[in-house]
Amino acid sequence: MVAARITVNGAEAQISPAAPHTTALDFLRERGLTGTKEGCAEGECGACSILVARPGVTKPTDWVAVNACLVPAAALDGQEIITSEGLATAGEPGTPPALHPVQEEMAARGGSQCGYCTPGFICSMAAEYYRSDRCAHADPAGGTDVDAEHGPNGFDLHALSGNLCRCTGYRPIRDAAFAVGAPTDEDQLARRREQSPPAPVATEYTQDGRAFLRPGTLPEVLRLLRERPDAVVVAGSTDWGVEVNIRSRRADCVVAVDRLPELRELRAESDHIEIGAAQTLTEIERRLDGRVPLLAELFPQFASRLIRNSATLGGNLGTGSPIGDSPPVLLALDASVVLADADGEREVPLSDYFTGYRQSVRRPGELIRAVRVPLPLSPVVAFHKIAKRRFDDISSVAVAFALDIEDGIVRKARIGLGGVAATPIRARAVEAALEGKPWAAQTVEAAAQVLRSQGTPMDDHRASAAYRSAMLGQSLLKLYAQNTEGVSS
Amino acid sequence: MSHLSERPEKPVVGVSVPHESAAQHVTGTALYTDDLVHRTKDVLHAHPVQAMKAHGRITALRTEPALAVPGVVRVLTVADVPGVNDAGMKHDEPLFPDEVMFYGHAVAWVLAETLEAARLGAAAVEVELDEQPSLITLQDAIAADSFHGARPVMLTGDVEAGFADSAHVFTGEFQFSDQEHFYLETHAALALVDESEQVFVQSSTQHPSETQEIVAHVLGLHSHEVTVQCLRMGGGFGGKEMQPHGFAAIAALGAKLTGRPVRLRLNRTQDLTMSGKRHGFNATWKIGFDAEGRIQALDATLTADGGWSLDLSEPVVARALCHIDNTYWIPNARIAGRIAKTNKASNTAFRGFGGPQGMLVIEDIMGRCAPLLGLDPMELRERNFYRQGQSTPYGQQVTQPERISAVWQQVKDNGAIAARRREIAAFNAAHPNTKRALAITGVKFGISFNLTAFNQGGALVLIYKDGSVLINHGGTEMGQGLHTKMLQVAATTLGIPLHKVRLAPTRTDKVPNTSATAASSGADLNGAAVKNACEQLRERLLQVAATQLGSSASDVRIVDGVARVLGSDKELAWDDLVRTAYFQRVQLSAAGFYRTEGLHWDAKTFQGAPFKYFAIGAAAAEVEVDGFTGAYRVRRVDIVHDVGDSLSPMIDIGQVEGGFVQGAGWLTLEDMRWDATDGPNRGRLLTQAASTYKLPSFSEMPEEFNVTLMENATEEGAVYGSKAVGEPPLMLAFCVREALRQAAAAFGPGGVGVELASPATPEAVYWAIQGARQGDASRNGHADNGLAANGFAANGHADNGKNRTAATTLSGA
Repeated sequence: MVAARITVNGAEAQISPAAPHTTALDFLRERGLTGTKEGCAEGECGACSILVARPGVTKPTDWVAVNACLVPAAALDGQEIITSEGLATAGEPGTPPALHPVQEEMAARGGSQCGYCTPGFICSMAAEYYRSDRCAHADPAGGTDVDAEHGPNGFDLHALSGNLCRCTGYRPIRDAAFAVGAPTDEDQLARRREQSPPAPVATEYTQDGRAFLRPGTLPEVLRLLRERPDAVVVAGSTDWGVEVNIRSRRADCVVAVDRLPELRELRAESDHIEIGAAQTLTEIERRLDGRVPLLAELFPQFASRLIRNSATLGGNLGTGSPIGDSPPVLLALDASVVLADADGEREVPLSDYFTGYRQSVRRPGELIRAVRVPLPLSPVVAFHKIAKRRFDDISSVAVAFALDIEDGIVRKARIGLGGVAATPIRARAVEAALEGKPWAAQTVEAAAQVLRSQGTPMDDHRASAAYRSAMLGQSLLKLYAQNTEGVSS
Repeated sequence: MSHLSERPEKPVVGVSVPHESAAQHVTGTALYTDDLVHRTKDVLHAHPVQAMKAHGRITALRTEPALAVPGVVRVLTVADVPGVNDAGMKHDEPLFPDEVMFYGHAVAWVLAETLEAARLGAAAVEVELDEQPSLITLQDAIAADSFHGARPVMLTGDVEAGFADSAHVFTGEFQFSDQEHFYLETHAALALVDESEQVFVQSSTQHPSETQEIVAHVLGLHSHEVTVQCLRMGGGFGGKEMQPHGFAAIAALGAKLTGRPVRLRLNRTQDLTMSGKRHGFNATWKIGFDAEGRIQALDATLTADGGWSLDLSEPVVARALCHIDNTYWIPNARIAGRIAKTNKASNTAFRGFGGPQGMLVIEDIMGRCAPLLGLDPMELRERNFYRQGQSTPYGQQVTQPERISAVWQQVKDNGAIAARRREIAAFNAAHPNTKRALAITGVKFGISFNLTAFNQGGALVLIYKDGSVLINHGGTEMGQGLHTKMLQVAATTLGIPLHKVRLAPTRTDKVPNTSATAASSGADLNGAAVKNACEQLRERLLQVAATQLGSSASDVRIVDGVARVLGSDKELAWDDLVRTAYFQRVQLSAAGFYRTEGLHWDAKTFQGAPFKYFAIGAAAAEVEVDGFTGAYRVRRVDIVHDVGDSLSPMIDIGQVEGGFVQGAGWLTLEDMRWDATDGPNRGRLLTQAASTYKLPSFSEMPEEFNVTLMENATEEGAVYGSKAVGEPPLMLAFCVREALRQAAAAFGPGGVGVELASPATPEAVYWAIQGARQGDASRNGHADNGLAANGFAANGHADNGKNRTAATTLSGA
């Protein structure tokens, strides 16, 4: 067994004897680092947020905030993490530690009341503090880049979208976030960004017959998956972590694929863009930088920043949930998935990929390597996610549109739906009702009527079936209103 | 000015300071109960055996299979209880039940070396039930005549005469949602037994004395054999007033039986499924207005969903009745209260304690009736405000009624309401698919426990030879900043800088027989007790200083840590004064005590003066609603709130903002759902996780949020002129709901009473819009989709038996 170690607040810590399913949260707490808290154990509250050194987008290394309750400690083998305790600088014995700038602002402005969510907020806030392009977006004069969600210091409040506070009502936390300055030259964590991130290491961590494995190469992974069809494949563990914590699932073999170079590329070809399945949504968002507008609409509505920092498209398609946020968008984009196994690769249109509730054409031993989005893109796009809460909620229904409208005629329509059937679906009847017709109220009303009858929406705790059906039609009417009026009303 | 309210020279109270633990919070070094586990050796972990049926008698409970699981040490069952098998104060809440009363009821607890082993052990325990019929919804319970506890009726004036004198009479029904506390820290306890068999329980509890009492009666011990400590809580909100006791008792029982420390910490699902929530209510009502829109009479029945046991449901209903008037004078009223018994977790205290439920009923009535009376809702509310000399329906004269209109007016001024309403009208005229609206609502909230005996507080203040001061008091810290305020009170009374005073965690062996830190009373009761203890010490020290400085004690003042004689430059530093006092054998410790004077309450006649004073506030909210989906944003909120003269302004503003957002969460977002089908999971909480039960996040925070504390607001009857702040601001959030109602109405022709479900989720707002539009379908492009009527009905009745606002027709009489 290879010794598995994590660098925690600058000091090496052995993962053993923790069980392979042990989360980073429990691992830290058992070591006495109890600042990292469990609030929900499913990546919804952010009380467990920690910082991880990851390959950077604009600098060699980024400090990325993730939910420690979801990531297995073994997945952090060879990596560097910082907790709220580690952000403060230890003082002389007997004196209090010097607070980190984000800690200073949070403490002074009343950003903590009960204090339980606070360490998690601190880590999420610190990650945004160190985001290398934050200060480039600073606008101290409070110009057009500054709004309720973007501070004059370039702070994007979405960085805190995965953190819940039950006490403060958030105003003082926002004030603190918008007050932090730029890291100083002496700041060790800021300087760390200039160095290479910790290299991925091959991990073979076993305890009591259960294993967490991270093979170093794609062929090794594919061989392993052929040998162990029971293996659970994880990238960010944002879904598997919930299964472990909430549904008490335990796997004999978990295989991590999130650091495989073949799964981490983003390539723009002449007729398509290929997105590696194990890139995090945050990475894709920052690397695409708006080049696929429909994806750009999706990202801020996809879970929270904490989740997007770990979650991958491969994972979202791999779990195949009918209420995942990315499938409706990828369906509207006419995307396909590249499936790899030990024998080679095949490309499957996403519209043929899902076969039933959490079922797909993916065979045992097959891995989603990449997602391909064909070019050129349809110009009229919208993603309407219907949910109770704007940040970090699960949709009751989601509708994605990609339309080509030329000379007032709908030349091509692709519409992806989530939450109305056992799988994400294409609204083909609606597409047919639009294609070749004038982009006019009458067409839209008729197509909206068809859209309302798509799928078999149900009544549950998120919404009634009647509301779900209504929202399908409304989404097209809203798109039409926005498209023709050019305003949001 | 009263002695209690008078502030000395250079008071430390009134200064904005951060929370006393802020530096520990932000560095992750503040400890909570469960953080102590890794500092404790040989801990056993407790896991519940939850029965997953709504109702049934236990016919078999086999624990042997659990003992076969490696690591399992013991399974606790009723046979292990040496004392009384009861987790509450009403003897209706067996710690180990013989009858499963709700889905998820814990019937046994497994102790093991690891939490994983305890979980597997619990899964191995075999439970057999003789299933019984269950009542899940409030409707079902009402229909089945299933009630428990008191059924109070509050009467004032002559209701029938009032209706006879009314120009308009309306009737209606309203059912609204319960609310999960969702303190970020779930219930937790850690129990140890020391060398003399003394039981020490660390518990996340708002009521350490009652936790102590229940641990003692379960273990068959006297209270002096049990000590309960609460370091701090990661949020309480009332959810840790009654509910921690049983969990602490399980941990203590386990520790007593095994001799090892026992840790019990609920995970989120367990906490959500096993602990009580804010009571959902059903209200039926009939109200009469005169021709000018002044309330003449109100006849209402409020039914609370109590869950399976009484817990605090009786006082919750009492407070609901006592707050149905809110800021409005109701000359003739008959208000009945009752508690439905359902097969759900036992509902309990939650910030406001029934007050919000009572007030929501009247604010809903005002919002629905205003258009039918042809009045602007703002105008209707103003016309009904209490005036000098008027009394509540329970017979207490309303003091300071002028503050109601004062804060209201200040909100109107601060929020530039008149100008913004014109802007909103212009915006709405130009935007067919998006509407804005602005609403103001007020709050009048009675401060004191309804039960007079609870209105007492205690403190212990120690001064050490080096001049440092340590205070203890009976209140607990759950984030509300009580400890910060208590430090400020002590420093103010003693006349020393804040850094001289430290506060030790709340423990039952320091201050006995404390009341719950609840009813917003923490600072009033404990602050006055701390002040009392510090005054005793100050008097003793002034005598010492007078002798040293050659003066009389009445001429000595201690300010900023220096004792000085008035009109002289003679002075004596605090540390020297204390040391001198020690050598003169002056006692440097004091126990403080306080009882609130002037309260009386007759629960039978439902009359009296239960409250020391009223906390007052007003808030305005502007919302923007998307007509396509019902989704909305809160654009701006302006609040003016009366906290008396604030003890700690930053803390108080934090309470106002936090309470407001929590109230808005209850009214708009937080949506508890149970399985009320006849399927196998009948009675199961469907929203038993953070992924399905959504709290307000950053996206629900008002985009512009202005909070002002009322100035020159000295309260004569409370410590240093302050007022309680914990609960009242929650109810400021009614303005968000009323603004949503008005925005929905703006999609229609107007003049109709718009019904809005609670919580007003985007879906509920969408159906309200459809309802408003139906008033004038010809003007509406999308009313032909045939969904409005069906959808509204579905919203009312199809959601897993969760009945929303009943679509009772409002009828003019």
